[in-house]
Amino acid sequence: MQEHANAYVSTKELPQLPAPRNDAGPIAVLRKNLFATPVDTILTLVCGLFIVWAIWNLFSFVWLDAVFEGADREACLVEGGGHGGACWAFVEAKLGQFVYGTYPSAERWRVDTVFLLLALLTAGLLIPNVPYKRINAILLFAVFPVVTLVLLTGGEFELAGGAIALVFVLAAAATLSAVGSVPRISLSRLEMRIATWLLLGAIALMLIAIVLDTPTFEILGFSFSLLTMLAFVATLGAIGLSMMVGFGSGQTTIKSMVAPLVIAALFIFAMTADFDLRYVPTNLWGGLMLTLVVALSGIAASLPFGVLLALGRRSHMPAVRLICVIFIEFWRGVPLITVLFMATFMLPLFMPEGVNFNSLLRALVGVALFASAYMAEVVRGGLQAIPKGQYEGADAMALSYWQKTRLIILPQALKIVIPGIVNTFIGLFKDTSLVYIIGLADLLGTVKRGFADPNWITPTTPATGLLFAAFVYWCFCFGMSRYSIFVERRLDTGHKR
Amino acid sequence: MAANIETSGGVRASSSSSSGLLNDPFFRSFAIQATLIIGLALFVWWLVDNTARNLAQANIASGFGFLSNRAGFDIGQTPIEYSNSATYGRALIVGLVNTLIVAGTGIVFATIVGFIIGIGRLSQNFLVRLLSTVYVEVFRNIPPLLVILFWYFGVISALGSPRGISENPFGFYLTNRGLQTPSFAFEVLAWASFVVFAAGLAAAIVLARRNRRHQLKTGDRKPTLWPVLGLVVGLPLVAFLVTGMPATIDIPTPGTFNLQGGFQIKPEFVALFLALSLYTAAFIAEIVRAGILSVSKGQTEASSALGLRRGLTLRLVIVPQAFRVIIPPLTSQYLNLIKNSSLGLAIGYPELFAIGTTVLNQSGQSIEIIVICMGVYLSISIAVSIFMNWFNSKMALAER
Repeated sequence: MQEHANAYVSTKELPQLPAPRNDAGPIAVLRKNLFATPVDTILTLVCGLFIVWAIWNLFSFVWLDAVFEGADREACLVEGGGHGGACWAFVEAKLGQFVYGTYPSAERWRVDTVFLLLALLTAGLLIPNVPYKRINAILLFAVFPVVTLVLLTGGEFELAGGAIALVFVLAAAATLSAVGSVPRISLSRLEMRIATWLLLGAIALMLIAIVLDTPTFEILGFSFSLLTMLAFVATLGAIGLSMMVGFGSGQTTIKSMVAPLVIAALFIFAMTADFDLRYVPTNLWGGLMLTLVVALSGIAASLPFGVLLALGRRSHMPAVRLICVIFIEFWRGVPLITVLFMATFMLPLFMPEGVNFNSLLRALVGVALFASAYMAEVVRGGLQAIPKGQYEGADAMALSYWQKTRLIILPQALKIVIPGIVNTFIGLFKDTSLVYIIGLADLLGTVKRGFADPNWITPTTPATGLLFAAFVYWCFCFGMSRYSIFVERRLDTGHKR
Repeated sequence: MAANIETSGGVRASSSSSSGLLNDPFFRSFAIQATLIIGLALFVWWLVDNTARNLAQANIASGFGFLSNRAGFDIGQTPIEYSNSATYGRALIVGLVNTLIVAGTGIVFATIVGFIIGIGRLSQNFLVRLLSTVYVEVFRNIPPLLVILFWYFGVISALGSPRGISENPFGFYLTNRGLQTPSFAFEVLAWASFVVFAAGLAAAIVLARRNRRHQLKTGDRKPTLWPVLGLVVGLPLVAFLVTGMPATIDIPTPGTFNLQGGFQIKPEFVALFLALSLYTAAFIAEIVRAGILSVSKGQTEASSALGLRRGLTLRLVIVPQAFRVIIPPLTSQYLNLIKNSSLGLAIGYPELFAIGTTVLNQSGQSIEIIVICMGVYLSISIAVSIFMNWFNSKMALAER
């Protein structure tokens, strides 16, 4: 039987036959992709004709019939020699405004410096192969904002004593926690206890100083009130005590102990020192620069607040949960433009007399509140996607809530929702265009002002300006979305479910 | 073992009585929440106090009494009765109706375009796929406000004026004064056709249900589409013809300076409608694509193994399952469209918020106006969410 069957089985491998003629080669590809069925053929023809028509029209609008040079509207009018195409002369003439707004031309190098720093630092952070990621991140997230603020406004802020005390309170808290995290030093040691109480006392003094007026006096050009001065001295005491303990133990490096104090001093120096930069009020800011300022501040504010709100919404404490839910759902339920109007018209009413926000700051507050609510929902999605075992495992390791969140939950949750976070950034970037309605001259605002300029009124100027703006927005948003896809692939370490 | 547990319990009890109140989870959570609530209450009280003081200083009387004051401004598009001697409250209602009009029509159009583009992105035809992809990538990455401005200033304002426009056979004219369409004026006898239409609709629903029940019982699919079309469209048409066509069609005709007759749709509406629906359609397309892709390939293969044609597979197998994935994000896109309709402010479409800002500028009642507008948008959002959640649960139940 066995031998009988084997007679029919070939003993050597047969050569492969070529694919059927209808199934390979360019014609088959064309047929499969374009002419599979009669309906397909019709669709192909219709779409093909449409594409040819659209490309031809677009091409003749932006190139063939376009006007590239000219001093004013005359060049772009059909009567003046134009062909009814795009009026690039307009974009060329207004390019400075589109990028810088009405920022004084002599000072525009400052904006350029900021652009350059931003480009270098983000490129360094975003390209995976570039080394020194840690330093780069510190530069981008800590140094860059201060440098930008000083460069763009001109610096030399008048810091009140309260603000200085606040900076040093933060420094003291950092020093305390640095010393406290040394294994040998217990927070219950006498010096550490005194330092902690000094810090708490300083915070209390500053809170009292908000409502209570005390005599003010000047030290080194800063005006302190009595209470803020006391608070400042108390924080210095706290820092000194904890540093003493830290050095005494010989366990900590000098770097981690001195760093907060140095950073606080440097920060105050940077904010108040006179760098011989001309003061440029924010109402002169505009164009792409303003768009980037609003978008980046919104992004920087929305991420931490969004994470906190998301954690609050997942909290086991009913009051915290309720407050977070109401906050998130309120901002998500109303249009951004109403939020911006609220910030413009109601924020000044909310503040006590004498406190005055400029219109840029108001818009920033509105954008930040709005964006954090959206960010919170994205982050919550990530928190919910973490398997329960991770939470329980962290609990079993006796981690505290914040240790669990910081070391176990957030790294995984944020990784899952990177696409969602980037989508929120893209949405935020697009939404910044709304600030022109409340009177700020962002990129879209300057374009709109530009084509309302009587010198440039032609039928095609608005379309030209808006096409230019659309292209700029598109480049940023498309770039962000492509980068997010790239990161998603890179981080996909096989836990995808 | 038992002794061990007891000692450890005992140690814990003694330590918690001396220093561990801060380590007691119950006390801690209570303390945190109490602090938070008290802090928040103080903050709100501080805001309200400041506001009251600022308002008193600026001599602004708060309250909603101003709503019954005379508005004194005209509105470009008044679907309900309104004149400039009406009240502020009436003006805001006109705005709300305008918002609902543009949002409702925009949602319908965006859904249709979005589904077409979304299915187009999965087409086997290369050109269709290319066009759909380009559409989605372009519109998703441009601010909606820019799209609105582009349609309004870049396209519609740049169109020719109605002066000396050449006649066209369809009766639709798109000029810089908006879209002029033919209008219908029904005479009295037309009610007969409407009654027949209503009856036909009812009969169609009954028929569809009976056919469905029949199919569930016997597995036999009776033709439904054509009878339903006949009942809903054909019968009223016959009734309309029998009663002697009791309607007049007013077709706009080009006059010397302007178009005569017909129905005029304002350019602001056209721009806002097109921008909102085309922008949202790009997002809906992505949602539809993701929904269809979420149905596993085995479903398609199984249904073609059962001998279903491609159209039937799509309609009976893929779409019902894809809908489950599509509905929640679709809801949030609808809500986005409704909220984005407030951008009509930028081109002067008289929707709720645009009218709100006019009232705000005239009366100075900023807090009240903003509260009203936010309240209305919040209510719309909540109402749509509730409806879509209901629809979603119905779809999910229908699955099995």
